[in-house]
Amino acid sequence: MHRFSLGPRKLLGLFMTAAVIATACGGAATTTAPVTTTAPVASAPAVSAPAASAAPTAAGAETTLTYWASNQGTSLENDKQVLTPELDKFTQQTGIKVNLEVVPWSDLLNRILAATTSGQGPDVLNIGNTWSASLQATGAFTQFDDATMNQIGGKDRFLAGSLSATGAAGKPPTAVPLYSLAYGLYYNKAQFAAAGITQPPTTWGEFVADAKKLTTPQHWGLSLECGSISENVHSAFTLSQQQGGAFFDDSGKPTFNTPQNIAAIKQYIDFMQSDKIVNPSDAEYSNGTEALSDFAKGKSSMMIWQAASGSLAQLGMNAADIGVAALPLPDQMPAGGKKVTSMVAGINLAVFNSSKNKDAALQFVKFMTSTPEQEILNKTYGSLPSVSEAYSDPAFQTPAVQLFKNILATSAAPLPAVAQESQFETLIGTAMKNMFAEAATGKVVDDSEISSQLAAAQQQLTP
Amino acid sequence: MVDTVQLGRPPLETAPPPRKRRRRRELLPYLLLLPALVLELLIHIIPMLVGVGISFLRLTQFYLRNWSAAPAAGFDNYRLALDFNQAAGEALLHSFLVTLGFTVLVLGFSWMFGLAAAVFTQRSFRGRGLIRTVFLIPYALPVFASVIMWSFMFQRDTGIVNHVLIDQLHLADQRPFWLIGQNSFYSLVIVEVWRSWPFAFLMLTAGMQSIPQDLYEAAAMDGAGVFAQIRWVTMPMLKSVNRVLLIVLFLWTFLEFTVPYVLFGKSAPEQADLISMHIYQNSFVTWNFGTGSAMSVLLLIFLLVVTVGYLAVSSRGSDNA
Repeated sequence: MHRFSLGPRKLLGLFMTAAVIATACGGAATTTAPVTTTAPVASAPAVSAPAASAAPTAAGAETTLTYWASNQGTSLENDKQVLTPELDKFTQQTGIKVNLEVVPWSDLLNRILAATTSGQGPDVLNIGNTWSASLQATGAFTQFDDATMNQIGGKDRFLAGSLSATGAAGKPPTAVPLYSLAYGLYYNKAQFAAAGITQPPTTWGEFVADAKKLTTPQHWGLSLECGSISENVHSAFTLSQQQGGAFFDDSGKPTFNTPQNIAAIKQYIDFMQSDKIVNPSDAEYSNGTEALSDFAKGKSSMMIWQAASGSLAQLGMNAADIGVAALPLPDQMPAGGKKVTSMVAGINLAVFNSSKNKDAALQFVKFMTSTPEQEILNKTYGSLPSVSEAYSDPAFQTPAVQLFKNILATSAAPLPAVAQESQFETLIGTAMKNMFAEAATGKVVDDSEISSQLAAAQQQLTP
Repeated sequence: MVDTVQLGRPPLETAPPPRKRRRRRELLPYLLLLPALVLELLIHIIPMLVGVGISFLRLTQFYLRNWSAAPAAGFDNYRLALDFNQAAGEALLHSFLVTLGFTVLVLGFSWMFGLAAAVFTQRSFRGRGLIRTVFLIPYALPVFASVIMWSFMFQRDTGIVNHVLIDQLHLADQRPFWLIGQNSFYSLVIVEVWRSWPFAFLMLTAGMQSIPQDLYEAAAMDGAGVFAQIRWVTMPMLKSVNRVLLIVLFLWTFLEFTVPYVLFGKSAPEQADLISMHIYQNSFVTWNFGTGSAMSVLLLIFLLVVTVGYLAVSSRGSDNA
């Protein structure tokens, strides 16, 4: 017995040390894990054609591309159903096979980062257009210089507004616009009529008055996705533009904590806090569908959303009730205020530098941005084509599409095209999520609170 | 395999082995452990060293593709993480304190529930097996599925928690929030205790199996009631199990990531900002891998200190006992 009584203790010590190392390493590994775990899995299909990878020919006899699509439809499965027939067409035309994976938005940026770090990524992928400048800075994507642009049909085919959100100004873009989108104010026509409101509001004063009229204990004037980082920051950007503010100055330096930005965020939080036209429960909404579903079910009368007619119809909303208008403007434009009602939203298509099938990848980009495909895909997703030719299709002559096209052409501004853009989105969006949580649980979010949150966010920005 | 075992055994048992052979026999378990140890080093130590290395680099998105080209940062990342007057350091300290409170609560409740359930099922009765199985369900369920279920239950307007508390029992006028604000911390504690107490129960039940029944009988003869038996027989006999259980639970809980990630999504509410989530946010979401790694290293040092201290104190205790 005596001899063994020491043994277990020593072993216990060993075990503990191992446990500490293992677990603490788990902490350390949070920075490295996805690099080693997700990337190889994601890239596995990419190298399925060893013969072709050595010398990809134009015919691409055995070339297989890996394509990461973003989630544009009502579900990942829905995206697969929409895209597969189109990809089959591409294979028929070129002989190049396409391996499709639809990546949910919550994972997409991390997956891209992991692929960038490991150099093992897809050949072609969708990115949120606001990430363009940040991802451009990593150098992971192929540059679309003029020669490359000509390979896919030329720069002039694309809408100028959409092309403005493909990278930092003055540098060759590293992505091309695929689907274009803009924010609009969706309203429930039936509920507006029942409340005796004949026109959608054009100023924020009218907007709040209308929303108050529509708010009852069981029903709300507006639903917001208050826990969603991207929705928060996009709205903050638009409202700040209207106030004449900016989150980065012309030289690219952050200017978070300014009176204009504070006023913009205050206005947005106040929809819940002091106007009381937003259900405090919306502070929990974070997956990007809950406010939409409340609006579709008639629980609220308005929402601020990107092209949503398709999703609303799928959720069972009567098409005749769906109204859409440009976002309101301030009752009196502040000094320096811009008549911006939306960010330039949309999805871009990029090609990974590490792709072994770059020619085939560019052929695929050309295919996806060709006029017939632009018509088919944008029609299905309810988004706007990013090439001007496609607008001749009658499907894009509806009032809603014309409205969004007009917003994109005249009153949309791109988010700051700086390398820190994705950090900015995360920091401001998260700060606003926390402020909404405070407002919902009865704490007061005033100017000084917003100011200190903005200052703290700016401090965390990596120079 | 079978042959060697059969051939190997008889001489060992029949003839008392010479000293040399005995030493060789003592070495055998360690030799068998060796491959595992080597793999452990490869899989755990190397990434850890890489993490330590990254913490001295200014690793941002510009160097992601070739992070060996990232400029050296010296101790800048550590300075940033430990400067409690600045936003980043203050947030880290806050997150550390939240995690500490969370760990203490979860550890205490999990251990208490585990012990109570283990004592309750120690004596044989009808349906004991069934009850033990039911107790283990939270531990056996996939984390993601069970925590998603909790997040539905905690929703303010549609969740069953508020439905029971407000609509059925009318305990309050206002529907409380469970996933944001201060309550989010308690929600997190509840879910974590729910998930981890069965582990304590499992370990303590196993420990109790080895307590000889005659000790209880002897104690009963001496007039010890149920509580006295627990105090003077069960607890001392469980000492070594408890020692392992507490430190393992501590480490698991302190580094918990999955539960808050599933419950709250990418960014947890400030009141429930556990340190693993915080480091994840700092490295991935703001693309600042150097600072994230520096925070990880600080965490590693803290956990090493706690564990070594705990082992020193607890083994001294057992020598005296």
